[in-house]
Amino acid sequence: MTVSSLAALPGLQPEARAVFADAVFTGAGLACERGGRRVFHGLSFHVCAGEALVLVGRNGSGKSSLLRLMAGLSRPAQGALTWNDGDIADDREAHHGRLHLIGHQDAIKPALTVRENLGFWARYRGGPGAPARIADALRAFALERLADLPARYLSQGQRRRLSLCRLLASPAQLWLLDEPRSGLDRAASESLDAVLARHRAAGGMAVVVLHGDDHPPAARVLDFDVSGTGARTDPC
Amino acid sequence: MLAAIGAIIGRDVRLALRHGLDSLLAVVFFILACVLFPFGVGPAPETLARIAAGVLWVAALLAALLSLERLFQADYEDGSLDLLALGRAPLAAIAAAKIAAHWLTTAVPLIAAAPVLALILHLPPAAFGALVLALVLGTPSLSLIGGVGAALVLGSRRGGVLLALLVLPLYIPVLIFGVAAVGASQIGLAVQPHLFMLAALLLVALVLAPWAAGAALRQALE
Repeated sequence: MTVSSLAALPGLQPEARAVFADAVFTGAGLACERGGRRVFHGLSFHVCAGEALVLVGRNGSGKSSLLRLMAGLSRPAQGALTWNDGDIADDREAHHGRLHLIGHQDAIKPALTVRENLGFWARYRGGPGAPARIADALRAFALERLADLPARYLSQGQRRRLSLCRLLASPAQLWLLDEPRSGLDRAASESLDAVLARHRAAGGMAVVVLHGDDHPPAARVLDFDVSGTGARTDPC
Repeated sequence: MLAAIGAIIGRDVRLALRHGLDSLLAVVFFILACVLFPFGVGPAPETLARIAAGVLWVAALLAALLSLERLFQADYEDGSLDLLALGRAPLAAIAAAKIAAHWLTTAVPLIAAAPVLALILHLPPAAFGALVLALVLGTPSLSLIGGVGAALVLGSRRGGVLLALLVLPLYIPVLIFGVAAVGASQIGLAVQPHLFMLAALLLVALVLAPWAAGAALRQALE
């Protein structure tokens, strides 16, 4: 991703973006069980401000489960997740406030327009300057011409882009993205790269589940297929 | 947190208005169920007047139950519930907001339709006030108790039947005092004690139901 293509992307003026504080998000000795079956164990990771962590591994190796653990939606069977040395389970609401999760389900209401769908999540999450942020988000993923269309008429890729718009509609330091490129065309995929690069430049973190080799630049990789004591990344 | 609750109520009411037919279903069911009785038991005004209160309340209760299954189901299936849980509001507040929206979109039309149906069932006009007041105090309890049931059956197959088995027995106290209030006004007795009981039931439900529904939602999410 070049600097010129970043600048060419409207709606991402540096002064409009929050700059996040330095932080580190870690997991140590994590184990996860689904339906009584152990999905992974002994998993550790580090993500620092401005970094991206890419999760790779075969289907069913627990990548999406790890994202839900990271979001605080479920609890690990073993181990702990910490944000700046504070366990995220101690203050779940504070942790929720600093993250965005883009999962497989897009949480789009077909009866509402594109703008209403996005506006609801922006209002629900709060944060300053919601109308301007919504307009910026729609522009960043090239949805502004569809803004007043009911979401039931969107194609699969357009629904994905609308989901990704939530990332920009309210500020959050930690982005958890589950296969964000699925269904995206090349232009939208490049927009996502640009948005991610800008997020990281502002001190944001991203944890991304990917299947292709199309990793963001300078990303750490957590491989779920390594044998032995479990997957881990180096400390910051 | 209040802004988040307001956002949920606003969205759910707007969704109900957009899905016009779905929302009308409960009130159409209510009207049809009540209109069937004059055909079933005969058009004699005395007979109808005697059973009117019970018929109206049972029909209202079943109509409220009809729409309960979808209360959390749609948000659960499309992933919205995950994102709601990741907001600033605790799950109990989310449950309370969705239950409030359910009451606004389901029970308020029922209350509006009730006097017209009371006319068809030959309820004496003097009892209309008691009927409407009892419904205003009783239907929020129905939505609150039903909300706990809807959260508990989330993600299970045949959730609708399970929900009815779970919730209908808990509706009995509301039914008893709701019918008694109308009955008392028909024979000229004091209505107030029954209304106070309905208000007391509502207060208990207001305190306990959002908390219980929130805990059930947490179970469904994990």
